[in-house]
Amino acid sequence: MTDTTHSSAPDTRIEVLKGFWRHFKTNRGAVFGLYFFLTLVVIAVFAPLIAPHGATDQYRDALLVPPVWMDGGSWNHILGTDAVGRDLLSRLIYGSRFSLFIGVVVVSVALVVGICLGLVAGTFRGWIDTVIMRIMDIILSFPSLLLALVLVAILGPSLINAMIAIAIVQQPYYVRLTRAAVISEMSREYVMAARVSGVRTLRLMFVTVLPNCMAPLIVQAALSFSTAILDAAALGFLGMGAQPPTPEWGTMLAEAREFILRAPWVVTFPGLAILTTVLAINLIGDGLRDALDPKLKRS
Amino acid sequence: MSEDIILEARNLVREYRTKEGMFGKLNITRALKGISFKLERGKTLAVVGESGCGKSTLARILTLIDPATEGDLLIEGKKIDIAQQKITPEMRGKVQIVFQNPYGSLNPRQRIGDVLTEPLMINTDMTPQERRDKAMEMLVKVGLGPEHYNRYPHMFSGGQRQRVAIARALVLNPSLLILDEPVSALDLSVQAQILNLLADLQEELNLTYLFISHDLSVVRYIADKVMVMYFGEVVEYGTRDEVFGDPKHDYTKTLFNATPRADVAHIKERLARTA
Repeated sequence: MTDTTHSSAPDTRIEVLKGFWRHFKTNRGAVFGLYFFLTLVVIAVFAPLIAPHGATDQYRDALLVPPVWMDGGSWNHILGTDAVGRDLLSRLIYGSRFSLFIGVVVVSVALVVGICLGLVAGTFRGWIDTVIMRIMDIILSFPSLLLALVLVAILGPSLINAMIAIAIVQQPYYVRLTRAAVISEMSREYVMAARVSGVRTLRLMFVTVLPNCMAPLIVQAALSFSTAILDAAALGFLGMGAQPPTPEWGTMLAEAREFILRAPWVVTFPGLAILTTVLAINLIGDGLRDALDPKLKRS
Repeated sequence: MSEDIILEARNLVREYRTKEGMFGKLNITRALKGISFKLERGKTLAVVGESGCGKSTLARILTLIDPATEGDLLIEGKKIDIAQQKITPEMRGKVQIVFQNPYGSLNPRQRIGDVLTEPLMINTDMTPQERRDKAMEMLVKVGLGPEHYNRYPHMFSGGQRQRVAIARALVLNPSLLILDEPVSALDLSVQAQILNLLADLQEELNLTYLFISHDLSVVRYIADKVMVMYFGEVVEYGTRDEVFGDPKHDYTKTLFNATPRADVAHIKERLARTA
């Protein structure tokens, strides 16, 4: 054998992961975002242990107490309390559970349904492709938040319905990405080779083609995770998402609206929590795109 | 062994219909205009022609990917029409294909072992252990080793990948192998290795090859019979010596003249002409 080039390359998935991490590590922002996100996950998981008070415990003797570093603040309520005497820090900590829950559920629903529709459209083409893509175009032609608002108005305001609405609104992006990737992969020779060796359509779709389409989908999932949190917060702020007294960040913002001048901390901290979380996840998404998509590397 | 015909094509026609817009007029492109030939077991038929002359369309029909619009396809004497009957695993196993580009014909997310065992898993009821043994055996047969079993395609060179592609095609014990320009994407030195491998395998397994190419020096080396195609038609069909010795059709002559020749007499003649 003279045509040997890589003779002793280790052949494990760990190696692939290592290579991925090497690329990912070069992006400082993405690594910072990842650490922030992991911290958030830990906080959400251990919320009852970390939070100094319950999420809905009211302290009638401590209404609108300012945070600890302002005049009149106390270590008992580090970030102060809201209008009915609930500890802000504890509510934010419990609220991280909702935000992550929303992100995970919305992204998984949109991803799974989107991949299935996109695979069907990209594999079979013809009228079924036209039908699916036109429906997706219709969804895309509405402003996303407005459409989510209408859907929640029809389904009734609650956190679950808000998540369903956001998942539907985010659907088209996944369908389009999957379809485009599937169409380009289907014309490759390895797909034809698989057909010649008798691979059935269903196996061809999910086992042969789908793994080669995952990179853009993972990036889109990471980026839309933050959009989902943001949209859910917006719906909560408009009174159409999670209902009080749920410590959801958007809902907390809405409740605190009238105290914006008298007690600015009640609005500031939930807003900051949303901002930093969304920023961190977006940074991770950018880093993932740089590491996974070779076309965008070094650009 | 007088007439052991393994593959017979009778008047194969393939049309591609395209429409311009929803109500536009129907465009019919005839990619194949009635191709007929016979292929004996253990022999090699080379199909030569320029790009777009229907070589690959022919390959797609013979490997049962696309149906022919008209005409009959007989494999080992049995008529096969995939527009009407379902393809059985038995039919799958008879004809296999090796593609031109070894970089595109292997799934980048599939280990070599899975590439080789997948056809067995789908078309036979071997146990996983039997499949594994068979795949290992094929790897050794094409000049790779068992240590390559768990690797991914990106860890191989072009020549090695083409060996894997050949192993995949052979794993179902086909009697006919369609080779769609199997060496044109490879380095010259590797080309020779792959061609030698193909020749050895043909002898060992009594394989029949249909070799699609536009490299005449390769054809001269490997072919028993040559078929020259031009715009979907067969313009020349005969044994290698007939076609190479006495080309009849204008296109065949042009084709031979287009082949680079490196012998001293030829170079001197050319220099004399240009001077």
